[in-house]
Amino acid sequence: MTTDFGYTILIPLIPLLMFLLLGLAGNQLKARLSGLLGTIGLGIVFVLSYYTAYKYFFATEKIAGAFSKISAFDMVWLRFSESLHINMGILLDPISVMMLVVISTVSFMVHIYSLGYMKGEVGFERFYAFLSLFSFSMLGLVLANNIFQMYIFWELVGVSSFLLIGFYYQRPTAVLASKKAFIVTRFADLGFLIGILLLSFNTGTFDFNILCDPQGAAIATGSGAAFLGLSVMTWSLIFVFMGGAGKSAMFPLHIWLPDAMEGPTPVSALIHAATMVVAGVYLVARLFPVYIISAPDALVVVAYIGAFSSIFAAVIACTQTDIKRVLAYSTMSQIGLMMVGLGVSGYGGHDGLGYMASMFHLFTHAMFKALLFLGAGAIIHAVHSNHMTEMGGLRKYLPITHITFLIACLTIAGIPPFSAFFSKDEILVAAWHHDKFIFAVEYIVAGLTAFYMFRLYFNIFWGKETHYHHKPHEAPAVMTIPLIFLAFLSVFSGFIPFSKLVTTDGIPFEGHIDWSLALPSVFIGLVGIIIAMVMYKKETSLPDKMAATFKHGYKWAFNKFYVDELYMFVTKRIIFAYISTPVAWFDRHVVDGTMNGISWLTNAFSFRIREFQSGQLQKYGFVFITGALLLTFLMVYLWT
Amino acid sequence: MNNGIPLQYFLILASIMFFVGIYGFLTRRNLIGILMSVELILNSVNINFLAFNRYLYPDRLEGLFFSLFIIAVAAAEAAVAIAIIINIYRRFSTVNVEHVNEMKY
Repeated sequence: MTTDFGYTILIPLIPLLMFLLLGLAGNQLKARLSGLLGTIGLGIVFVLSYYTAYKYFFATEKIAGAFSKISAFDMVWLRFSESLHINMGILLDPISVMMLVVISTVSFMVHIYSLGYMKGEVGFERFYAFLSLFSFSMLGLVLANNIFQMYIFWELVGVSSFLLIGFYYQRPTAVLASKKAFIVTRFADLGFLIGILLLSFNTGTFDFNILCDPQGAAIATGSGAAFLGLSVMTWSLIFVFMGGAGKSAMFPLHIWLPDAMEGPTPVSALIHAATMVVAGVYLVARLFPVYIISAPDALVVVAYIGAFSSIFAAVIACTQTDIKRVLAYSTMSQIGLMMVGLGVSGYGGHDGLGYMASMFHLFTHAMFKALLFLGAGAIIHAVHSNHMTEMGGLRKYLPITHITFLIACLTIAGIPPFSAFFSKDEILVAAWHHDKFIFAVEYIVAGLTAFYMFRLYFNIFWGKETHYHHKPHEAPAVMTIPLIFLAFLSVFSGFIPFSKLVTTDGIPFEGHIDWSLALPSVFIGLVGIIIAMVMYKKETSLPDKMAATFKHGYKWAFNKFYVDELYMFVTKRIIFAYISTPVAWFDRHVVDGTMNGISWLTNAFSFRIREFQSGQLQKYGFVFITGALLLTFLMVYLWT
Repeated sequence: MNNGIPLQYFLILASIMFFVGIYGFLTRRNLIGILMSVELILNSVNINFLAFNRYLYPDRLEGLFFSLFIIAVAAAEAAVAIAIIINIYRRFSTVNVEHVNEMKY
């Protein structure tokens, strides 16, 4: 049991070191060298993570048949009092080890890919420094052993996301997008902080080990005071979920994700598809025992928000033309699916199917979505445009990208034997057993997903023959090798026996495929693909006709259901006009006015009395001697 | 000889010199005049020292030495002050303190 995991401290520290090195000395190094350094650092992390996963899952003895939670490192970081202190530590359990593998794989691939994609860009070493910062914070987030440490790293990934979205800071849209992402997630993090404070106040601990122990005292304290019919525990977990929803772009806090596509494409692949945006799912999964035992109502919220977000995003994705935005909405939809998985899950053994499936989907999604984004990057690299209206017939020019992209599309559409078939199917099974309505929604989403992904695929690689200014060329090997590697993972990671590795209580169970539900979901996936093929494989007028038929619906979906406009309306017309403006007036005129008045008075008074300070020594002397004489007089004659 | 003049006379003389010096110091606008007033003040103190020494402790010499010391210091001070006054005169072409007001406020 006491297998030594002390070396895992290196996993977050190496990227931190790289960040400091590249951030401080980056402009002294050659751009190529700094990129290589960052990549090598991540390569070491990659190896260490896989080694840890092997050691944890296969070489460590289980306790009572369950994977144990191993505290590899723990230290008191901030001590406020004996009972209140914030620790920094490393907690290894199935989901954190799984996340290590996900993050290090995608991050390593993105590092390699960026060597080609970002070649010759201004600020190449800055890019790698930020990537390392992100990897450090994300690894720290998943390894956190208490909720406060998680919060700290949560903010750090937010900052690195901000920095990387705004990487092209000369471009006003990128600046706006990075600000938007930061402000929206900050707003959500406020909820997270409130949730943490409520949760730790009621349970008396930050530590995940104590917090998530199903038999522990922390969970038992749950049902306490109630507010609006829900217990304090439920409220605190809903607030925590608000933070997760902000990071994971759940409705209505999703508005930053599509805009975040202004960042470089490898960043979108790493942060806004595979790792950071699933932090919200990870957060709920991390606190899952608390959710399921002391606040099942909060899980219902998770499930419904997830389900709504997934169908909402899937509908929007069908109408967008910017390929990265399609992928962004697809990410949002898939994360909604993961949330559904968590929301419909029970606890322990086979009841925890939804939880397992959600984590499984997180894993497979990270692989195929990173692949899709990197593929999109290769396409953008070749065509110099984001819009699929300017593409078509690219399969001849980009053979490797074409094949890997097709694999990713088949994967996300849930076609067996590709990986997402297994994970998505199990979420659907869990939903079927728990809530038929959510199942129906997700079933439709599965069809829509297949449709919009193949709409994308056919528009890019088939469709009309576009004339390009210069012949598109296949990406260099540093870009195609990550594509091939991720395609390999997308195909085969479905065969990982997840139900034996990642479960709610750590005890493996036998997973099996429920063909009575799997076949219909494959069927609807195929229907989606066929519809997309009919509409987009050859250039026809069908799409336009469809758009004309559902004119209003299309317009609404194309404009993302006007959520952005609604936000703008609420903030600009209501909050700014009726709250901020009067407050600003009060500040300018009353608060500032008082201060200015005081300074004006002082000024006027001192102007009057400045003549005392004449510089005429004789005047001073006169005053001094008069005073001395007066004092003498007093002392001599009036002293009693 | 010392029996001829009582101590009070010396003190009255010193007081008169002292206040004449103060008056001159406060009312004179000419730097040289101010300097001379300061010398008057110093010398009135000298007289006090000598008179007290002679009348109260005739067998000791501290008062004498002190007044000699003051004379030496006054000489040094006068030398420095006159050097300053000459420089002021070169700079402003005047030794009137009211016209030397460049540093005012």
